[in-house]
Amino acid sequence: MSPDPRQTESPHNGLFVSGLCKSYGPVQVLADASFEVRPGEVVALLGENGAGKSTVSNIIAGSTKPDAGAITWRGKPYSPASPAAAIDAGVGMIHQELKLLPDLSVAENVYVGRLPMRGGRIDRAAMNAQASAQLKRLGLDVSPERKVRTLRIAAQQQVEIAKALTLNAELLIFDEPTAALGGEETELLFKQIRKLKAEGMSFIYISHRLDEIAEIADRVVVMRDGRIVARHERADIPVRTVVEQMVGRSVERMFPQLSPPGDQTLLEVENLSSPERSFNNVSFSVRAGEILGIAGLIGAGRTELVRAIAGADPISSGSVRVAGKPVHLNGPAAAIKAGVVLVPEDRKAQGVVLDQTIGENLAFGNFDHVAPKGWVFPKAVQKFAEAGISRLGVKGKPNQAVSKLSGGNQQKVIIAKWVPRPPKVFILDEPTRGIDVGARAAIYDVIADLARSGMAVVVVSSDLEEVLGLSHRVLVLSRGRQRGILDRSEASNVAVMELATS
Amino acid sequence: MSKSGRRAIAASLTGGDEVAVSNDASDLKAGAQAATGAKLSALFAGTMGPLIGLVLLCLALTLTTDTFLTVRNILNVLDQITVLGIMAIGMTLVILIGGIDLSVGSVLALAAMVMGFVAHPDYLNLGMPAGIVAALVVAGLCGLVSGLLVTVTKLPPFIATLAMMSVARGLGNMITDGSQIVGFPDWFTSLSITRHFGFLSVTVGLMIVLAIIFAIFLNYRATGRSLYAIGGSAEVARLSGIPVKSLTNWVYAICGVLAGLAGIVLAARLDSVQPSSGLGYELDTIAAVVIGGASLSGGVGSIGGTAVGVLIIGVLRNGLNLLGVSPFIQQVVIGVVIALAVATDTWRRRAQ
Repeated sequence: MSPDPRQTESPHNGLFVSGLCKSYGPVQVLADASFEVRPGEVVALLGENGAGKSTVSNIIAGSTKPDAGAITWRGKPYSPASPAAAIDAGVGMIHQELKLLPDLSVAENVYVGRLPMRGGRIDRAAMNAQASAQLKRLGLDVSPERKVRTLRIAAQQQVEIAKALTLNAELLIFDEPTAALGGEETELLFKQIRKLKAEGMSFIYISHRLDEIAEIADRVVVMRDGRIVARHERADIPVRTVVEQMVGRSVERMFPQLSPPGDQTLLEVENLSSPERSFNNVSFSVRAGEILGIAGLIGAGRTELVRAIAGADPISSGSVRVAGKPVHLNGPAAAIKAGVVLVPEDRKAQGVVLDQTIGENLAFGNFDHVAPKGWVFPKAVQKFAEAGISRLGVKGKPNQAVSKLSGGNQQKVIIAKWVPRPPKVFILDEPTRGIDVGARAAIYDVIADLARSGMAVVVVSSDLEEVLGLSHRVLVLSRGRQRGILDRSEASNVAVMELATS
Repeated sequence: MSKSGRRAIAASLTGGDEVAVSNDASDLKAGAQAATGAKLSALFAGTMGPLIGLVLLCLALTLTTDTFLTVRNILNVLDQITVLGIMAIGMTLVILIGGIDLSVGSVLALAAMVMGFVAHPDYLNLGMPAGIVAALVVAGLCGLVSGLLVTVTKLPPFIATLAMMSVARGLGNMITDGSQIVGFPDWFTSLSITRHFGFLSVTVGLMIVLAIIFAIFLNYRATGRSLYAIGGSAEVARLSGIPVKSLTNWVYAICGVLAGLAGIVLAARLDSVQPSSGLGYELDTIAAVVIGGASLSGGVGSIGGTAVGVLIIGVLRNGLNLLGVSPFIQQVVIGVVIALAVATDTWRRRAQ
């Protein structure tokens, strides 16, 4: 527990970051970054991808060394040589990609590296009891003996937090903690943060969801191009102001103007059910030029539904028709042939081959175009890739590895892969997850263009504002059941959430 | 291979279009050379490290022995690597899709025994062609079964092919109850002995032709490129509409056929077949592919790299023999080379 800040002689006993600089080769990723975090407060660190937030956090958490600058933590100079040193000093970080051992138990994960021993053996009883106490402190009712693999993402994150608590962390850095969480789970996380805050813990909170910031943060630090461009003493600043500071220009509109849909019905889904009952009896149709949003909480069956329509997962009953013709859903290849394409939820694991080039990634879905008689020549791939790159505005070259691109550009590569076919039904699952605000607007424009060009578009998103801003109609799922389809005029935050939580 | 021959291959790889556009003779030559350079560098892309290693190795052996850099010795090396080289082509495909095949040594022995059993006068006496076909079919079936165990039964490739390794070895022993079959027609054994044009035996030629065919397949055929997608991420490949399961089955089947072919080549070289042949070859083969820059996690690798890897192992064995190094020390040296090759590759990747 940190002492009461009023009793210390320095202004406060928290974290002072001053003049941090970091370059990789000729690229300066961090320039003269200075800010402070007081005990018992949440500082939101905002900025687009590449703005330097991760670099700052990694320096504070001990995994990166700065070129210049100094940090003071709890009144002492602080320059952690490793994440272990940072943890010893009471600084922990919860990464966006959780670092847990999936086949070990919850308790083992919490105490990994320092398992309580008794007489040369692991004291399982003590370990489970202590872990259980920490989980209770977080309001989490999970058996400490359960394997982490069997927990949902949200619960796994809680295990990471519990681990940090047992390490006596007094400053926790959260990197996009809510990217994979639904509304309820986010609320639970916020409740925990507030509780720990009251106990004197400090937080650095990185997020792309600006609407959360006012709710959870005390102060806001905005970064752009490796510099700190604004410090707000309060968190309830208009989202628009923050966005403008993040992108360095004024944002005209987040969402593009939607054109009215056409008459032809391109996608008809009838009584579709999954073998695992993750969705039941779902029926809807989408017209040419129409964007249908699918909303719901995590676990409502949205991803499962669209994956089934795209042939990626099996169905148990129901039918799908594309432009009036029934589609035999026995695999992605059949769906693609029928004109249904999917931009999957997990970009890195399902969307792109990271180690391969943009050109190769674009070719992988299009050998029938790129290689008419099965012959693939580098020149043809190059030409095909250049066309896709310029059409979608990807910042990259055909022979560049996809892993070197930002999330937004990776997403554009996946979309560009399908555009030339052209598909009749374009499904996008979480199209902007983990993508920064400036790039999001570009993705929205692309999606609106797809619809304008006459495709039926289906967008799944956990970001309610996104679903509402982008869709002609919104289908709401809750626990695998279709709760209703709202027209744009009647779809509001409240209306959707009412259905989603029903 | 001669310089002009190499260029001809390079031109055939490009479809010759780069050289055909110019009328001027010197331009033509320069264009051809540039194309050769570009194609060769493409063929060996990502294998510069092993290639440099091979060159240094040859240089060192040329300086330390009188006999290394002689036509006779080089031809010797080529003869010695044919079995390994043919198997390594199949292994490259398997490793490219993120798999592994531990059964190739056993499949080699089983195929050779099947050939002997079908063809040899003491047994079925159906003639060499029937024996060769039977051997390749059995080997292909072994590979296909491994593939199906991976794609349908969802066994990890390591386990599936470990099982096949044991089964194939056992079947090979069952055919003759463990004894060898000796003596094949002269025309068959001469395939690996007679050097046409003064340098090229049929078996070495076969290896080179197969390497070129599979290099073209991997570089320029949609199906070949798809293997890179599967190795990079099987789920991405599947969602892109690539038939991952059937390609995986094909790859294991082809790897099996090539192992069987290697068994036939070995039979020609030894004029006999025995169920204990090919013991431990799977590890040599995997080593050659890995030394050639392929990643065991899939998606990275090439026939050019594998060729270099095979040559490194072949030249190293040959050179150590010439230097009179004991075979026990040879094993140590090859182990060190495997570790060094992969370590430098990892360091280089990290430095990038």
